[in-house]
Amino acid sequence: MKPPFEKVVEQNVSVVLRVCRVILDAHDAQDAWSETFLAALRAYPELPDDANAEAWLVTIARRKAIDVLRARKRQPAPVGEVPEVPTALGVPGAGDEDLWHAVAALPDKQRHAVAYHYVAGLPYTEIAGILGGTSDAARRAAADGVKNLRKSYLGAAKEGAPS
Amino acid sequence: MNISADHLASPDDTETLSRLRDRLGLAAEAAGLLDVAYTTIDSPVGPLLLAATPQGLVRVAYGVEDHDRVLDTLSQRISPRVLRAPRRLDAAARELDEYFGGRRRVFDLPLDLSLSAGFRQLVQRHLPDIGYGQTRTYGQVAELVGNPRAVRAVGTACATNPLPVVVPCHRVLRADGAVGGYIGGTDAKQALLRLEAAA
Repeated sequence: MKPPFEKVVEQNVSVVLRVCRVILDAHDAQDAWSETFLAALRAYPELPDDANAEAWLVTIARRKAIDVLRARKRQPAPVGEVPEVPTALGVPGAGDEDLWHAVAALPDKQRHAVAYHYVAGLPYTEIAGILGGTSDAARRAAADGVKNLRKSYLGAAKEGAPS
Repeated sequence: MNISADHLASPDDTETLSRLRDRLGLAAEAAGLLDVAYTTIDSPVGPLLLAATPQGLVRVAYGVEDHDRVLDTLSQRISPRVLRAPRRLDAAARELDEYFGGRRRVFDLPLDLSLSAGFRQLVQRHLPDIGYGQTRTYGQVAELVGNPRAVRAVGTACATNPLPVVVPCHRVLRADGAVGGYIGGTDAKQALLRLEAAA
């Protein structure tokens, strides 16, 4: 039996935002979040009952986040668009901004692999389905991503920390 | 120190997520994708779940019915496109509040009776003919719908009323004067009858 869509939102509300946030800044990530759930709501009646809703949503979120990214690249100049409500994401102190910058600096494939595995909790076989390639390649990309994060983020933290 | 999901989870915050969910409800309504909108309200007979399709109010459910199960049923029988989106229920919530406050005797809301069919729906359509503060027996209602021998079927129609309170099955009693069963429990039925008798 297919649960009411509200339950799917309830269970995946943060995962989808995190996946969008790895690819986009805080404001754009919220737009991608909305686009993701609206598209998912539209397609939900056709989703097979035994499908993994989380993997399905992560796939949609990745597509929507890339759409938002492409749209931004086409209009690189800010147009003075002001968000309706000030964002609570990315406020200094509200999150670990340095980590987010380090994640944002990763090469694409590593960033996505890290996001899907460590943020969305997907197994490598499913990540391979999203990214293309083998699950070994997905595992390597995630491992390389974490290695790079250790260097750029933890390395920087160590330098900055009082001994 | 390990890189873990906890670190990457940090930018979540409850207020942002709840605002995004509200926005989703509005966007879904605007896109015509909100097949079932619902909310819950507090009332003197406990929390009530209110659900509406674009046609109208489709379900009022007591807490004893288990709201999660009620939502599962709506998902199966109407559409899985179910979202908590209170705006569509604003009028129903206001009229119920007025009713429980003794300031409203008749509900003026578009109803969607698609959860019941045939004789049950016929009975439910006629229940609002029983005025505020009045009561009828199951037998009298059977006569009212032109089928005087269908007393038991009237009982079933009342017991399966998807819109209790708004469609007043609580005004139908047993012939011996006993209150009879009720989807929200006998206490809730008596509370509604007391409310209407006092006003």
